[in-house]
Amino acid sequence: MNKNAILSRLLQMVIVLIGISFLTFLLTYLSPGDPARNLFTASGIMPTTEQIEEARKMLGLDKPFFTQYKDWILNCLQGNFGESFMLHKPVTELLLDRLWPTLKLTIASAVLMLLFSVPLGVISAVNHNKPIDYFVRAITFFGVSIPNFWLGLMLILFFCVKMRLLPVVSSAGDFKSLILPAVTLAVAMTAKYTRQVRTAVLEELHSDYVIGARARGVSENKILWGNVLPNSLLPLITMLGLSVGSLLGGTSVVEIIFSYPGLGNLAVAAITSADYFLVQGYVLWVSIIYMVINLIVDISYNYIDPRMRLRR
Amino acid sequence: MDKKKNKFLSNKGFVLFGILALIIVLVAVFAPVLAGGIDPTAGSLADAIMPPDAKHIFGTDKMGRDIYARVLYGARISLASTFALVLVIFVIGTALGVLSGYFGGWVDAVIMRLADMMIAFPGLVLAIAVAGMLGASMRNAIIAIALVTWPKYARMARSLVLKVRHTDYVYAAIVTGSSTWRMLWKYMLPNTITTLVITAATDIGSMMMELAALSFLGFGAQPPAPEWGSMLNEGRDFMQSAPWMMVYPGLAIFITVVVFNMLGDNLRDILDPREE
Repeated sequence: MNKNAILSRLLQMVIVLIGISFLTFLLTYLSPGDPARNLFTASGIMPTTEQIEEARKMLGLDKPFFTQYKDWILNCLQGNFGESFMLHKPVTELLLDRLWPTLKLTIASAVLMLLFSVPLGVISAVNHNKPIDYFVRAITFFGVSIPNFWLGLMLILFFCVKMRLLPVVSSAGDFKSLILPAVTLAVAMTAKYTRQVRTAVLEELHSDYVIGARARGVSENKILWGNVLPNSLLPLITMLGLSVGSLLGGTSVVEIIFSYPGLGNLAVAAITSADYFLVQGYVLWVSIIYMVINLIVDISYNYIDPRMRLRR
Repeated sequence: MDKKKNKFLSNKGFVLFGILALIIVLVAVFAPVLAGGIDPTAGSLADAIMPPDAKHIFGTDKMGRDIYARVLYGARISLASTFALVLVIFVIGTALGVLSGYFGGWVDAVIMRLADMMIAFPGLVLAIAVAGMLGASMRNAIIAIALVTWPKYARMARSLVLKVRHTDYVYAAIVTGSSTWRMLWKYMLPNTITTLVITAATDIGSMMMELAALSFLGFGAQPPAPEWGSMLNEGRDFMQSAPWMMVYPGLAIFITVVVFNMLGDNLRDILDPREE
């Protein structure tokens, strides 16, 4: 990717972000919950009609839809995502607080995923249609079919309640409380990624140059490490970007199960209490992170694949 | 016709998982009979949180409701809503994709930019936001997941249409006066249908899990409806004292998803010879 390509990608990102922000804003606008009322009920007060009206004015909820949207977007561009109704703190501050734990969880499970799926996928592909291949495929099969929220609960039941090895509630933020959430989050992605590694390596193994190399007497090891693996790297990195994205998006379920103090947990609480600015901020933030990850992945092609550099 | 039949029936995996899937569907249909007339939403607090025994073979929950009956009735909710969801995504995604590919131009630009927007985004995040904001119900959960999943089908349908859009036989059909509707229905759609049916079949399992996940978070089916995801959520608080409350609904999801995933995989092997 050259400069122009990156610029056009950035432009695309901006368009997508505008779309996403409009959609989330529309959703919160259409939502049946009333933030002005929630403002009071959150602190246990039954508001009068006048109080609600006043609060609506204060929050700018009495203005027409597009004015509200414009105000909000302009504020967001200045880094002001509004204030949470529920927690009475700036959204930016709340999200920043929770960002690191969620990133930590995402990174930990991505590392777990890579540690297991790459060797498993390669072994499976190299031993195509042998017992070990069937074994790996069977495991990945169960991996993708097990609901992560149930897996998480079962892990808690076993490791925390029965064996008492790990803490039930992961709010402490230490390494021990990261283990189970990371494992829970990683299982499904590991299974999916193992399959993708297997497919990518298999495809490469069946290509003509491998047959040619074999015919010339190049050793299997040399073919595997020298040609096949580097060549299957590219599709795998694309999929890694997507996987990290879905890990990031999938954290909320896991965070709730383990009472993990991350973004997803905060977002679900915000949605339940119709804390609009917080929800909107969360959605925008996560989409930005997701898009940045994918952009980095695309740019990294430059360094991995020389063909991309030659392309205009 | 005969040959096609053999292709399906000679695949042992497909037959096996087809039968298992049929059993699950039958369980859903005959849930009242299998539950022996027990009402899944009625219970007496005197029976609350009873471990599995002869009378309640899966135990009871905090309201004294029979978990066995709730798991059986849960199959109804899960299957019905999952099939509805997959059908909605399949129809909307395919229709938009075919239109996009056939007409090109601004139709294509609008539909595909919308699709890009949804894809450039972690699906479950938006699904949670949509389901939560629209208000928690199974219908809204279906809308939410459909909203973030249709682009996958639309993109696929579009690329399949584009493969044949500019071939001679298509132009010939247009020149000889086939109506646009006929072009779409008789020439474009059939080219997409096999691949998309395979995709839909393989997606049943994951769609079921996503719906259950939304219900688990409280954004899908609402209590006292016997839905597996929300049963798990209820059982979570009683993990130490009553693990059976979450073991059985979870197993039900797991088994159902495995069966439908396997069925989808085998279907793909039969219909799509490219895969090995």
